[in-house]
Amino acid sequence: MKYIDEFNDPALARRLLEEIRATVTRPWALMEVCGGQTHSIIRHGIDQLLPEQVELIHGPGCPVCVTPLEVIDKALEIASRPDVIFCSFGDMLRVPGTGRDLFRVKGEGGDVRVVYSPLDALELARRNPDREVVFFAIGFETTAPANAMAVHQARRLGLTNFSLLVSHVRVPPAVEAIMTAPACRVQGFLAAGHVCSVMGTAEYPRLAERFGVPLVVTGFEPLDILEGIRRAVRQLERGEHRVENAYPRAVREDGNPAAVRMIEEVFEVTDRNWRGIGPIPDSGWRLTEAFRAYDAEHRFQVTDIRTEEPAECRAGEVLQGLIKPTECGAFGTSCTPRTPLGATMVSSEGACAAYYLYRRMNAATPQATGAADKEMNPVG
Amino acid sequence: MAELAETVDPANWTCPAPLRDQPVVVMGHGGGGALSAELMEQIFAPAYGNPTLAALADSAVLELGGARLAFSTDSYVVRPLFFPGGSLGDLAVNGTVNDLAMSGARPAYLSAAFVLEEGVELTVVERIARAMGAAAETAGVAIATGDTKVVESGHGDGVYVTTAGVGLVPDGVDIRPQRARPGDAVIVSGPIGLHGVAIMSVREGLEFGVELASDTAPLADLVASMLAVTPDIHVLRDPTRGGLAAALNEIARASATGVRLQERAIPVPDAVANACGFLGLDPLYVANEGRLVAFVPPTEAEEVLSAMRAHPQGAGAALIGECVADHPGMVVVATGLGGTRVVDLPLGEQLPRIC
Repeated sequence: MKYIDEFNDPALARRLLEEIRATVTRPWALMEVCGGQTHSIIRHGIDQLLPEQVELIHGPGCPVCVTPLEVIDKALEIASRPDVIFCSFGDMLRVPGTGRDLFRVKGEGGDVRVVYSPLDALELARRNPDREVVFFAIGFETTAPANAMAVHQARRLGLTNFSLLVSHVRVPPAVEAIMTAPACRVQGFLAAGHVCSVMGTAEYPRLAERFGVPLVVTGFEPLDILEGIRRAVRQLERGEHRVENAYPRAVREDGNPAAVRMIEEVFEVTDRNWRGIGPIPDSGWRLTEAFRAYDAEHRFQVTDIRTEEPAECRAGEVLQGLIKPTECGAFGTSCTPRTPLGATMVSSEGACAAYYLYRRMNAATPQATGAADKEMNPVG
Repeated sequence: MAELAETVDPANWTCPAPLRDQPVVVMGHGGGGALSAELMEQIFAPAYGNPTLAALADSAVLELGGARLAFSTDSYVVRPLFFPGGSLGDLAVNGTVNDLAMSGARPAYLSAAFVLEEGVELTVVERIARAMGAAAETAGVAIATGDTKVVESGHGDGVYVTTAGVGLVPDGVDIRPQRARPGDAVIVSGPIGLHGVAIMSVREGLEFGVELASDTAPLADLVASMLAVTPDIHVLRDPTRGGLAAALNEIARASATGVRLQERAIPVPDAVANACGFLGLDPLYVANEGRLVAFVPPTEAEEVLSAMRAHPQGAGAALIGECVADHPGMVVVATGLGGTRVVDLPLGEQLPRIC
């Protein structure tokens, strides 16, 4: 994996930044949809290196952040049951539901386990026939094939003690929702490379055409991201709005057909709530009728749990670049990284959490320069 | 830049986050991050009412009978009990030896208290005890007293060991987190993240292409060789739970200074970087068991670094940054591309990321 260094080369990065700087003649607002890209941008300080005119708006692409409060409350309810082994990706454990998180449930005696794959949960079900094993199936198109595979396998093996709590979300309807929002400021998108490696790019030309925005399929290493930005800015400056693949080493136009077939066999499209944003039509997946027996919501009868999100949280507006985190009345008071109200404060690279950290740094250093002196959302 | 909402007072931005958020103990309370610190500051320190404890260092330095004594204790609950590069026994000796060494002391005596779970094979206990004996010999300390308790099956996790240790602090040595000064060089004694990744690879059954071994090792002799260069070392810390990030945040907060690191100078082995990339972890937060981080006056940095590199435990030592007057209480990394990022105190345990 040494080759990764090549995608983190400062000299090449400087060249790309120079090209972006030479191309840009006016302000542009780009959104990176994927949380993995946001993470890379924050981790490498990429947003601070861009010219003033290029604003990055961190989109709703962290699956952990956008999992609705209601679903987390269902997870807490199921995980509290003594007959259940509740399996989850690690970073879901800290996301607060109403009044507690999965860590708290674990502390109170619930059997909550971190796994790295739904197939690990399947193995637990095989080895614990007297327990119910539930896997928290969250994520975008990237994690859906493996989750579909787990259910498929459970049925093949005749396992009746395995189920999924599903909260899958899909990228294209989210792009659509963002673009049709009043006062939307996004002028171009970095499309999520891993999502496209599964689904391909067929859904995107329609969006580029309808909304007149460039969509550049982008990878995750620093140079990938700078290249994605360079191409998006170049299109905007030329008045173009096409789908471009800046991540050809991982993404083919038709994606991964076997993975797509697996998703289509097990899941069907449904409306989905997004934490901090609200309901987006056709933006999620749920298990099909044929696999309903593996749906934890039905198995544990938690379909009736309804939770309203705190009204004072304005994460949805932050996610769309409509307001800066500091314009929210709850920012830094009732909403902090330790007591997050919404999606953007939950994750360490959420817009509000990142802003909170940098503002703290600059409150302590009045003469600080760099990130937080730029009029940018969220860090600069 | 947008004005702060009127309700926000930056002075209070250390996130007071009261413990009442968590009415029960959660795993994060043992993670070496913010939750551990709160447990200490809000429950133990007020309950004990002892100014020596309030220093919140890895070991207490006490005046006793005319001598300056470093005193420390630590419990060890690792799973699995045996892992590439060491065992619970090695950690139990080296961990306490290193806590003493971080105040500049020469460790001398340890105690060892075992809590055994009914049903554990005696050969397991024997292997751990032998590992402790060997580690004590290597570190030049004697295990002078001990205790054993047994709990019923299902009420423990096999074997827990608690060690305490004492050592003498040489005259003229005053090493504690409060002594960090702007201008100090920040030095790490070798590659980071090996212990945490080695444990994780065994625990989760993950392979990263190479056999990773824990870095568990006693550091008292390395510290002695550093003190031979200059007694004026300001701060030493072994970045165990919470990794380099937690150690540096604690020092920054205790001394009201800032820390600025150069990302490309931090020695991260390829295998650690790959494992962390795969799991979505940050090497800065991953535990080490045989590394130290030192704050030394800039005038002494070069010589201290040379002395460290001449010692087997410091062969991979590197200058990774400096202590600054800016952003007091915060750690900032200058990234390889020229940007900056804030490295905050971890809340509890680091969690693998999904995206």
